[in-house]
Amino acid sequence: MSVVEATRLEGVGVGRGLVVGPVVRVHPAPAVPADGGPADADAGAALDAVAAVLAERADAASGALADVLRATVGMATDPALRDEVARRVAAGDRPAQAVDRAVEHFAQMFLGAGGALAERVTDLRSVRDRVVARLLGQAEPGVPVLARPSVVVAHDLAPADTATLAVDQVLAIVTAHGGPTGHTAIIARQLGIPCVVRVSGAAVLTDGEEVAVDAAAGTVDRAPGDEQREQARVRAAAAEELEQDTSPGRTSDGHPVSLLANVGSPADAERATGVEGSGLFRTEVLFLGHATAPTLEEQTAAYSAVLRAFGGRKVVVRTLDAGADKPLAFADQPGEENPALGVRGYRLVRREPDLLRTQLAALAAAADATGVDPWVMAPMVATVPETEDFVGLARAAGLRGPVGVMVEVPSAALRAADLLVAADFVSLGTNDLAQYTMAADRLRGTLVDLLDPWQPAVLDLVAATARAATSVAKPAGVCGESAADPLMALVLVGLGVTSLSMSAGAVPAVRYALRHHDLACCVRLAGRALAARTAEEAYAVVRDGVDDEVLATLGL
Amino acid sequence: MSERTVAVGSAQGLHARPASIFTEAAKKSPVKVTVGRPGGAPVDAVSMLLVMTLMVKQGEEVVLRAEGAGAQEALDELAELLARDLDAAP
Repeated sequence: MSVVEATRLEGVGVGRGLVVGPVVRVHPAPAVPADGGPADADAGAALDAVAAVLAERADAASGALADVLRATVGMATDPALRDEVARRVAAGDRPAQAVDRAVEHFAQMFLGAGGALAERVTDLRSVRDRVVARLLGQAEPGVPVLARPSVVVAHDLAPADTATLAVDQVLAIVTAHGGPTGHTAIIARQLGIPCVVRVSGAAVLTDGEEVAVDAAAGTVDRAPGDEQREQARVRAAAAEELEQDTSPGRTSDGHPVSLLANVGSPADAERATGVEGSGLFRTEVLFLGHATAPTLEEQTAAYSAVLRAFGGRKVVVRTLDAGADKPLAFADQPGEENPALGVRGYRLVRREPDLLRTQLAALAAAADATGVDPWVMAPMVATVPETEDFVGLARAAGLRGPVGVMVEVPSAALRAADLLVAADFVSLGTNDLAQYTMAADRLRGTLVDLLDPWQPAVLDLVAATARAATSVAKPAGVCGESAADPLMALVLVGLGVTSLSMSAGAVPAVRYALRHHDLACCVRLAGRALAARTAEEAYAVVRDGVDDEVLATLGL
Repeated sequence: MSERTVAVGSAQGLHARPASIFTEAAKKSPVKVTVGRPGGAPVDAVSMLLVMTLMVKQGEEVVLRAEGAGAQEALDELAELLARDLDAAP
């Protein structure tokens, strides 16, 4: 009998669920061995087989995914690619090596051409990975078809992997890499799937073994016992009960706090029931994957669909937030040395003013079409002139609802009072605010401790912003993921934040925590957090002051 | 050698879906067809990968060439296809 060395693996949790289920591993892209792999493998047959598998999946898929899959079928069957493979095999390459090099030849051509063609390189390489794996006799890379509810375990998931996940069969996601604000974590949050990232021992998990994944604790336990299974059942039942409550957010003494959902598409909006609206409609989701900017008509239709889905509830629209970690083919600034500090967010207006003008015109048209006036805000605003310009553009476009700015840059937080002369409201994006306050790349998983929203310096800037808004009686919302942390939510309310916007799945726990504390308690907790010297201390002193029943129910 | 010059009608240019539709049609042609920019190096019309690397935008011209029996008809058909907007819903 083999000895299981470590039964508990630790990582960074995303979400709060606890589930028990079998592991399904996502296999990584194969590397061609130094000897080039077996000489007798048949590259043509492998290309045919992969094309057939992809064609089958394309037929079963719909929409954008089906188009992508069909394009990959075209690549796998491409005569020029096959000629290149045959030429290399004839010249002495092993089949796997020939496929690897032939695909890379085209990938380099695509990258050299840039633009929309460069975006297709991911598809080309996914064809390469599948064909090479077949030639080496390895398991198919990527996410396998899930036959039963499973815990998906991967090195990291690429956007293409998450697009092919059969979401209703995914109990949890465990990755060895990535960070709590990375792509996989964002998708998991959006879908309400418990997730633990940065699990350094994830490689030991094997297909089919049962594990318990606790997103609240950030742990993965091998060979879970009966007690843990029972706990999973209790937590699931409690979560279900919390979801039944859809009353407006308020503290135990009736102080109202709007609880809102972050959405990116009409489909998200349809799912966002049981909330008072959306505090962050990320419009760039409509733009991602487009080779050119969507037209005024396309945008108007999409915005109208979201406004209609919320049926008159509040919707805060964030204008295009592109650049840095959200590159767009048609608004990309190639070769920026430091994209997070470059032309991104509202700053795009310097280079592409028509993108914003068209977007604001589409929002005004959607308001006319639906009779709902959206709130509108610009991302990454740093100064008063930027604020004034944005408000001017929004009014000139005919928007009648509140016009505000996001506070994500320390300069905006420190001078929030000045920004709020022109702006009707502010909304704190705590992920970026932490990144820019702590000078720590959001996508750099190893810096996760610096990006902690409990960092006292980040809390100071949130407090300064909320204070400025309170003094002029204008709304200050939080739409970063810190709003989804029930303990942080209490602190934010205590600091004077008036609305909390998060993934729809996180709302019930926040609503429950608020309901069990009065405003005076929230103010007290906020004071304790601000007085702490470290992020750990801030979290610990707040946790100490929170109702025990709340901690137990939420598994905190 | 027969030749046709045609302006590409697809909104996204000769990319992804339009390139795929075009190369599929070229595969059905009885003769070998090449496509290229005027004055540029021609590529095999049955390869989506090569056709895409031409990076032809909407309104830009391409030259189709073929020879042998049926070349005229094949080129007429492919030129007509290229002139249409293949991005539009069928």
